[in-house]
Amino acid sequence: MTALPATTAKKLGLVIDLDTCVGCQACATSCKEWNAGGYSAPLTDQEPYGADPHGAWLNRVHSYEVGEGATGRTVHFPRSCLHCEEPACVTVCPTGASFKRAEDGIVLVDPDTCIGCKLCSWACPYGAREYDYGHGVMKKCTLCVDRIYNDHLPEEDRIPACVRACPTGARHFGDLGDPASAVSQLVAERGGFDLLPEFGYKPVNKYLPPRPRRDGLAAAAAEAAGSAPQPRGQANGGAERLFAWVDRMLSR
Amino acid sequence: MHPAYSVILFTTASGAGLGLLAWLALFGLLGLAPVERWLGLAGFATAFVLLTGGLLASTAHLGRPERAWRAFSQWRTSWLSREGVMAVATCVPAGILAIGWVVLESTRGPFALMAWLTILCAIATLYTTGMIYASLKTIRQWYQQMTAPLYIALGLASGAVLLNLLLALFGTAGKGAAWLAIVCLIVAAALKWFYWLAIDGEAREYTIEGATGLGSLGKVRPLEPPHTQPNFVMREMGYRIARKHAQKLRKLVLLFAFGLPIVALLLAQAPRTAVAGAWLATLSMTLGLLIERWLFFAEAEHVAMLYYGADAA
Repeated sequence: MTALPATTAKKLGLVIDLDTCVGCQACATSCKEWNAGGYSAPLTDQEPYGADPHGAWLNRVHSYEVGEGATGRTVHFPRSCLHCEEPACVTVCPTGASFKRAEDGIVLVDPDTCIGCKLCSWACPYGAREYDYGHGVMKKCTLCVDRIYNDHLPEEDRIPACVRACPTGARHFGDLGDPASAVSQLVAERGGFDLLPEFGYKPVNKYLPPRPRRDGLAAAAAEAAGSAPQPRGQANGGAERLFAWVDRMLSR
Repeated sequence: MHPAYSVILFTTASGAGLGLLAWLALFGLLGLAPVERWLGLAGFATAFVLLTGGLLASTAHLGRPERAWRAFSQWRTSWLSREGVMAVATCVPAGILAIGWVVLESTRGPFALMAWLTILCAIATLYTTGMIYASLKTIRQWYQQMTAPLYIALGLASGAVLLNLLLALFGTAGKGAAWLAIVCLIVAAALKWFYWLAIDGEAREYTIEGATGLGSLGKVRPLEPPHTQPNFVMREMGYRIARKHAQKLRKLVLLFAFGLPIVALLLAQAPRTAVAGAWLATLSMTLGLLIERWLFFAEAEHVAMLYYGADAA
């Protein structure tokens, strides 16, 4: 049901260290591999060997350049569902396919009842949900719900696939609702922060900021944000050609 | 946001159908239109075709249309679910009213109650449609006070233009319908104008620095994207329209959705031009509203695109 639980017994989530992430994409590929066969299966790709290959992935690693000149740095930025305490993606769901578990706070989509209306993806400010064009339903990070409680796996594997795969220890998994847990202490110690807290969705996942430079160079003050050209889907089909024509006419 | 044709068709068609139902019910109640069989049949058939056609078009947007019935279940939290429930609920009093009008040629007694309920439900449904968009904090251009009232105003305006056409075709074009349509169009145009002023006047306060939480380290620029081709998020939310195009399209909306229909309705005051004017108003408004709805999506900027290098949202 899309009504949120008043409280959850645990707040399972991830802590992502932006200082030590090297942008190797191991977490993203490991996530894709596990979830293509687990709870989220199938996790389809479109035109995998064609001109416009794309597909549903539950974890994406961006790389940003932050700061200027000598004080500039590269920050690799993994982005996946933050399993918010008050997720708007759940309450907007018209079918009840999206839900937040009362026992551990994991936000899931039931692939058997999702109608693929995509409204949940519109409600998420983090771009964390990806529609599966092949399966016709919405997909998202499950926090590897089919690993973390799985007694058939060796104990060291009962953590999300992304955490297991990370070669630099930049990803941590635990109960962020328990102040004594290792992840909560890590967040307290390193000044972990929420993404876009102004939306009020109270993300459970936390990000640890890059540590200060050791050479003592102060970070330059930042101004406005950068921008980059946006890739577009290819125009084809009669309607697209019509609109391309309208576009040209309007451009005169 | 990517303007999906199915959703554009759904919101414009079902909006016009709901508007027509509301005005039919009011005109029947107040005796402003003859409660006559064939007029009723044509009017209610048009309204129901537009409403159900719109709802069916919306299922084309779904990945799993065969499961669409599930969308009626979560009305406690979801505006989309409420919209589905209200659209179907409107059909109950409207259907009974239609039976009274077409079969018994009466809008009195219990049918009067149904007429009032039809008006209430139709407006409530238009409101829920608007709230689907107005409740999304992630899209500044939709998260506006004016969004839901606009959906009501545009639905009622298009319904009034349709009612005027209907009455003109049946040779009973009372001046009431045309003037009603003119007033509705002026109100809707004013609301749309204020809506544009509101979204243009607001600061685009979300930035990539805020979205990544890295602003304290300096300016953030995308260095390497997570994937080479656009993914779902970019295809769905990455649609951008150049500002100069938006300005031109806004003028086309003002011309076709409001200006030309108002002129046509004024010209249609003469009995000889009533039908031609009503048709011109209807066709022009249809084109104008399709552009308006397309623009409503195209101008909407989603916060998640900041991660992909959008300058602000």
